[in-house]
Amino acid sequence: MSVRSTQQRSEVSAQGGAPPFDSVGTQDGATGALATPTAASASIDSELSARRAAAARRRRLVIYALRVAFTILWLGSWELSTRLNWVDPFFVGQPSGVVQRLWTWITEGTALGPLWLQAAVTMQEAVVGFLIGAALGVVFGILLGRIEVLAEVLSPFIKGANAIPRVVLGSLFAVMFGLSLWGKAATAVVLVFFVVFFNAFQGVREVDRNLIANARILGADNRRLTTEIIIPSAMTWILASLHISFGLAIVGAVVGELFGATAGLGQLIYNAGHTFDVNGVFAGMFVLAVLALIAEGLISALENRLIKWRPSRVSGEIPI
Amino acid sequence: MAGAGIELRKVTKRFATPKGGIYTAIRDLSMEVAPGEFCAVVGPTGCGKSTTLALVSGLERASAGEVLVSGQPVNGIPDGIGYVFQGDAVFPWKTVLGNVAAGPRYGGASTGDANKQAQQWIARVGLSGFEDRYPHQLSGGMRKRVGLAQSLINNPRILLMDEPFSALDVQTRTLMENELLALWAATSASVVFVTHDLEEAIALADRVVVMTAGPGTVKGTFAVDLPRPRNVAEIRFQPRFAQIYEAIWSQLRDEVLVSYERQKHAAAV
Repeated sequence: MSVRSTQQRSEVSAQGGAPPFDSVGTQDGATGALATPTAASASIDSELSARRAAAARRRRLVIYALRVAFTILWLGSWELSTRLNWVDPFFVGQPSGVVQRLWTWITEGTALGPLWLQAAVTMQEAVVGFLIGAALGVVFGILLGRIEVLAEVLSPFIKGANAIPRVVLGSLFAVMFGLSLWGKAATAVVLVFFVVFFNAFQGVREVDRNLIANARILGADNRRLTTEIIIPSAMTWILASLHISFGLAIVGAVVGELFGATAGLGQLIYNAGHTFDVNGVFAGMFVLAVLALIAEGLISALENRLIKWRPSRVSGEIPI
Repeated sequence: MAGAGIELRKVTKRFATPKGGIYTAIRDLSMEVAPGEFCAVVGPTGCGKSTTLALVSGLERASAGEVLVSGQPVNGIPDGIGYVFQGDAVFPWKTVLGNVAAGPRYGGASTGDANKQAQQWIARVGLSGFEDRYPHQLSGGMRKRVGLAQSLINNPRILLMDEPFSALDVQTRTLMENELLALWAATSASVVFVTHDLEEAIALADRVVVMTAGPGTVKGTFAVDLPRPRNVAEIRFQPRFAQIYEAIWSQLRDEVLVSYERQKHAAAV
């Protein structure tokens, strides 16, 4: 059975030239029924896959074109309506103004110093908070997931703490840690911790009971059960939570800066807001968004490395 | 390792249901499996076949009665137990090699030794060349082979199998059944093979135990005196096979009907 399917694959790649297109390759049974080792059917095969590849390329191009069109429509209507004074650019800003502000920040620096320094300060706060919060979340999630008594005792406290609008803790941390990095990082920690914690906890609880039974039968002790079964299984949940929580870490850092800072993008946006510089606010948001997207990309890369055992994503899934 | 005997004495297992009631899965069940014997357990759906295996494996504790393995009361998972689960129980984040090597590693072998042993077992179940694949890259039959190698590598004295082939297509299933018999002949482990398929039970086993509709207990025991080695694909054409089948079916039929009526009733309520 296995031998036959590998033969088919090599036939396709040898005679078709093009690598088997994803959706064709996965439907082993379907192609298996059609593919007979005659030259005619092989050429039909390769023609089909070439046509599909071309169709997929065309579709991608259309999507990109529509995205560009959407951006032009969005920014263009914004720019136009402010130029024509339908709305007051003083209140809503103006794309060209935002670009200009960004350019000034890049070439001449901001009121607080060079732009990259503000970005570095905020990122440092966010990353430190993210790492601490995520680590604590994973550790506590796994501990409470494994030790039922602990979970029962602590659950009302955790639910209570989660119910607090935690950004207000930023003011408390500003008092505790002053203007240092730690006040902002701490705000990020409390935001990140709960998201990661609940996911890790749930992940541990949802481990397939069959897998646990199998590992126990095979002789796994409690430590091995945790490291080889529970944690890898919960990893899917944990990594999913990291996506959301890095965004929250940035929120924590920015909010922390609002409560008192001498540098950072949050402080920059705060200053811009207080001097009625709407374009400055948008420019700051734009920089934050770019940084968050880069971080998101890095986390996705980490995820793909860590869970390479998972079936690859269904092609055609919309990457949002 | 030589096979070990199993004995269940008037065993009852009750579960608490989520609604607060009590569900009796098996009641006063007594049966014995001799060392090295291949024993099949058949019965209608929901008669407590899987529960019986869980009790022998030590994954569940009996509510009443005694479960003995090699004459010792089961208290925790006994040494030398292998368990092939109904669903997929191979670890999806481990490669084929990692999955098969898990048992020896948990038993204290170094990773190198475990991998060497695993290589041999992977070859024995016909998966050489697939060592680095992850389970999701394999077919259902191949995953079952991984599960089989994973259990057998520990040289179990008792092999518990819970409808291991029920999810496979008929051809793959016959193939796997033959392979199981060949592998078993080389190990001399005692096997308890749970199935709802009477043909499969007769083709594989030395003895067939028929269970009643739940709460399960033993309705009857039948020796299968068909010669070994057997070819599962052909043995069912022997006249003796048909005789045995008829004898067992006459008892099983009533239980299946009872179970069916109950399900219909439950569905109506």
